[in-house]
Amino acid sequence: MSTILIIEQVLNGLQSGVMLFLMAAGLTLIFGVMGLINLAHGSLYMVGAFAAAAVAGVTGSFVLALIAALAAAALAGAVIEVAVIRRLYDSDHLDQVLATFALILIFSEGTRWVFGSFPLFLDIPDALSGPVTLPGGIQYPLYRLALIGVGLLVAFGLWLLIERTRIGIQIRAGENDREMIAALGVDISKLYTLVFALGAALAGLAGALVGAIQSVQVGMGEPVLILAFVVIVIGGIGSIKGAFIGALLVGLTDTLVGIFLPEVLKLFMDAAPATSAGSSIASMSIYILMSLVLIWRPSGLFGARA
Amino acid sequence: MKKLMLATAAAALAAGGAMADVKVGMITTLSGGGASLGIDTRDGFMLAMEEANRNDVKVIIEDDQRKPDIAVQLADKMIQSEKVDVLTGIVWSNLAMAVVPATTAQGLFYLSTNAAPAQLAGKGCNPNYFSVSYQNDNLHEGAGAYATQAGFKNTFILAPNYPAGIDSLTGFKRFYEGDLAGEVYTKLGQTDYAAEIAQIRASGADSVFFFLPGGMGISFLKQYADSGVDLPVVGPAFSFDQGILQAVGEAAVGVKNSSTWSKDLDNEANAAFVAAFQQKYDRLPSIYAAQGYDTANLLLSAIDKADVNDDAAFAAALKEADFASVRGEFSFAANNHPIQNVYVREVIKEGDVFTNKIVGTALEDHANAYVDECKM
Repeated sequence: MSTILIIEQVLNGLQSGVMLFLMAAGLTLIFGVMGLINLAHGSLYMVGAFAAAAVAGVTGSFVLALIAALAAAALAGAVIEVAVIRRLYDSDHLDQVLATFALILIFSEGTRWVFGSFPLFLDIPDALSGPVTLPGGIQYPLYRLALIGVGLLVAFGLWLLIERTRIGIQIRAGENDREMIAALGVDISKLYTLVFALGAALAGLAGALVGAIQSVQVGMGEPVLILAFVVIVIGGIGSIKGAFIGALLVGLTDTLVGIFLPEVLKLFMDAAPATSAGSSIASMSIYILMSLVLIWRPSGLFGARA
Repeated sequence: MKKLMLATAAAALAAGGAMADVKVGMITTLSGGGASLGIDTRDGFMLAMEEANRNDVKVIIEDDQRKPDIAVQLADKMIQSEKVDVLTGIVWSNLAMAVVPATTAQGLFYLSTNAAPAQLAGKGCNPNYFSVSYQNDNLHEGAGAYATQAGFKNTFILAPNYPAGIDSLTGFKRFYEGDLAGEVYTKLGQTDYAAEIAQIRASGADSVFFFLPGGMGISFLKQYADSGVDLPVVGPAFSFDQGILQAVGEAAVGVKNSSTWSKDLDNEANAAFVAAFQQKYDRLPSIYAAQGYDTANLLLSAIDKADVNDDAAFAAALKEADFASVRGEFSFAANNHPIQNVYVREVIKEGDVFTNKIVGTALEDHANAYVDECKM
């Protein structure tokens, strides 16, 4: 096992971690501020990818595609917040899960109705395609490096927004005591719509960015949604910092264990059972990680409430 | 003149009425992620039915949503309240395993348009069960045979960690004679293959075989093309199908894949099928459409020969395979699975459309590895 391979796999883990963060950030914000479990977050990821693929197909521009993804997902987020989600803030989590699960079905079949059942095509922009050679002779796809960059940039931007702006103060206050900030004259329903649209836009951005190297198809958001839930449980619900650390942990664990565990097992057993046992255990690795974190800190790494 | 036509119509009706009407239940996936496969199956099947234009066969179509429990419910409903004679259409092996044994146990016929797991070809074979598509291992065996023919010595192989994935790699190894640079099982539904591609790069392989159906294959091919690894890639047709290729784009061009059918396969039935399909649905047919079309034509040929209520006679009529298959020469092996060629196709770009053309034959008149296990 060469150092080059290990470094390359760490980069892969980082890349999948920062993309997960874009999903998890919105999910954790929405849960933290409004106390809402939004299963339809994966649908917003899908909306972003489809909007990007459609716009890229017509205009050929990746930048326009990204803008379209942000706009479409934010708009879809704002619309469902006003039309459906707003009625659910006072309900218990079971009602929220039921209603947002219905939204998944509506989004999936709606998307199929508009775009058809066949996967769409969305490609990496020419300027970012192909591999680059990093110091040490590592060949790594430029686009994935760009994803890491964009993810870190968004994380920094989000930190600035939450910690350094007026809206950020309102969001943090909303997490702590929503009656109080409503009493202080903040238009709470407008703030909620805004937070929801922001979370949706981040999911849409992730969908579009990842869609370029994956398959843009109906139902693409749900597997990511499950990972994003694991991330926010590990990071502590409501914490952006927790989501960031959690996403990197999940990304790295998922990638590294999947590759190295079969190799390690081969030291003790035959190749064939080692490969299949290794890959089976590897697919459990992030859930094992989650349980270990929860045993150690029941409210997650940075969770405020128990 | 008019009177004569009326008389002919009446005679035709009377002739039609003499034979018992046949009811066909089609259970396939028409919604959710795998819908494109089921839609193609249905469209191919119904195209053949429309061309036959007969009123003694009735087809009922239902959507299984790719869920085994729903498929079972639909099968029960079709058998008990609709009283169908024949079931068909299931795309996925796990759904087929849930429906087929119960169907044949009740004395009904099942014709598979796609899924054909090893269990139903070997010990679990049944005189009322016919696979018109292939046996699941066939395309992987074809890919293995091609890898040997192409002189690959050190192939890296990968498939998802589920029964069909394990069968796939077993099938490949059955006909591949070189060494393995690596053997990897990925997660089912995995969308990011950066880690596996890095392993391929580090493994010193001279070629790659992969079985990643649906969206998994799209993701893998796009990421592979962008990674700078340029080893030759081989896979079964599933990842290079007409519906999928447009989403993969340039990344797939030049890739070799094994298939029992291709739109440029040179025979009369196929040329007519491809033209009619394009005319009716305004898109190119896929292998699922071709298999659906063949299944319908096989069924119609058997209906002409025997009464569907006479199990032995109808099974014998099916087994004759007396229809013009779009795959050219076609017959059934002892376990009711096809004997047919497995071709090697290459992905090309025709104008704006990505598609396949045949570049060779991997296996001729190939049956399957389970014929001897089947006792019936």
